[in-house]
Amino acid sequence: MWSLIKPSQRTLRFWQIGVLAAVFVVWHVLTKPGLIPPIFFDNDRQAAFFFGEPIKIFARIWDWFFGARDIYGHLWVTLLETVLAFAIGTAAGLAVGLWLALSPLAAAILDPYIKALNSMPRVILAPIFAVWFGLGMASKVALGFTLVFFIVFFNVYQGVKEVSPTVLASARMLGASQRQLLRHVYLPSATSWVFSSLHTSVGLAFVGAVVGEYLGSARGVGYLILQAEGTFDINTVMAGILVLTAFALALDWAVGVVERRLMKWQPRSGETEKL
Amino acid sequence: MLAALALEQITCTFVSRDAPGQRYTAVRDVSLAVAPGEFVSVVGPTGCGKSTLLNVAAGLLAPSAGSVRVFGEPLAGINARAGYMFQSEALMPWRTALENVIAGLQFRGVPDAEARRLGEAWLKRVGLGGFGDRYPHQLSGGMRKRTSLAQTLVLDPDIILMDEPFSALDVQTRQLMENEVLELWAAKRKAVLFITHDLDEAIAMSDRVVVLSAGPAAHPIGEFAIDLPRPRDVAEVRVAPRFIDLHKAIWDVLREEVLKGYERQKRAA
Repeated sequence: MWSLIKPSQRTLRFWQIGVLAAVFVVWHVLTKPGLIPPIFFDNDRQAAFFFGEPIKIFARIWDWFFGARDIYGHLWVTLLETVLAFAIGTAAGLAVGLWLALSPLAAAILDPYIKALNSMPRVILAPIFAVWFGLGMASKVALGFTLVFFIVFFNVYQGVKEVSPTVLASARMLGASQRQLLRHVYLPSATSWVFSSLHTSVGLAFVGAVVGEYLGSARGVGYLILQAEGTFDINTVMAGILVLTAFALALDWAVGVVERRLMKWQPRSGETEKL
Repeated sequence: MLAALALEQITCTFVSRDAPGQRYTAVRDVSLAVAPGEFVSVVGPTGCGKSTLLNVAAGLLAPSAGSVRVFGEPLAGINARAGYMFQSEALMPWRTALENVIAGLQFRGVPDAEARRLGEAWLKRVGLGGFGDRYPHQLSGGMRKRTSLAQTLVLDPDIILMDEPFSALDVQTRQLMENEVLELWAAKRKAVLFITHDLDEAIAMSDRVVVLSAGPAAHPIGEFAIDLPRPRDVAEVRVAPRFIDLHKAIWDVLREEVLKGYERQKRAA
């Protein structure tokens, strides 16, 4: 029996799910009022008040998705904010990164300002964006944009700087014009750097959207959490966090799929495909 | 006869970016001409500025003094009549072998179908018929060099510049590639300027060998016409008595420079 479930590559998935189940079981046992005598708190209701109860949390999630079916609108808003912040931030980061990497003088002039903007804790801009763009989606997109932009920008800048001089000289000898160099050498080279940062930047776009919603909004998953917190409904807060986590995992997976399709020219470590 | 490529009194002085007072003259007063259809090799000790000369001929580097003439015309900017095979990896890693080969055709606006047809034909000619859809990292070093060769030759350049193209290959692959290059060259008879530090390779392949002195301020110190009969096999020609005579004559000139260059590098270290 043990040999069947002994931890190994084959039973990896089983054990991963096992860890998750164990966490929920421990959580349940520790928080369910009346199940075990209170260890830390004064009475047996307080653990549930502070940490929520897994069964109620799952009931909440079930209700969101299949009962009242009222989470889809919020999820959609959060997704749209994330995707917009990600797309606009990436496009702008790519454009500005290419521009500054190819005109050293402009880069030298703007260098201190870029450093300053990057080291500024940008989440603090959220209240200003709320004033500028209102409580709708635009302010969340703006916040996500500021987070994504710099990640992509720095990667593109680095990517263009590190184009192999030989590849560049070779392309020039093959007759590439400045435009063609940009299109066929700088851009593909920078893209590989952008992709290496894509997991981080899609995560940050998501952070921007949720934090923006949390600080002030009328829709979105962050708004749901904010509402529940206002009434000390810790189960709903936890449910919101679980949904957001699953959602972030799904986004990360989607990025992975796109990455594998577009970056198939890159050697992966440990891959032996030489002939 | 009008030279395909003529370097006239070329001097290249580099200024250190950190300390503008520090100057390094890589080559001084180098004049070198390659006739159409001629295969010329330049040999010299390491660090003597051979690659600098080639970059000047390619138009990638502007000389401090002197001029370059291509079929009589003064060169300004990139040398559009020349193809360049680099010492290090020059393939675009994000393009497949075929896409790399046809890159130059695409830059010149050749229609895609036509470019692909030519590209396939050249891949076959360098022995990579079925490998067009591989990415560079999926090819061995020798295969990447063949792809580079096809990439350069598909444009049918009048002048071919080669910068130690086979130095990274193992001996066997290297001899195969050398023979292949000679065969392709014999069919088309382009002007070739070939840079190498390997005297054997230079003699086996060329019509003429130019010996460069040790740097700094390297300049030609000897020129030898290689009168070995063609077609040659680079492995077999090495044991011909005439080859050995030539090798000895050139080595006598080169040896002193190699020692000088070595001493200089040791002192600097």
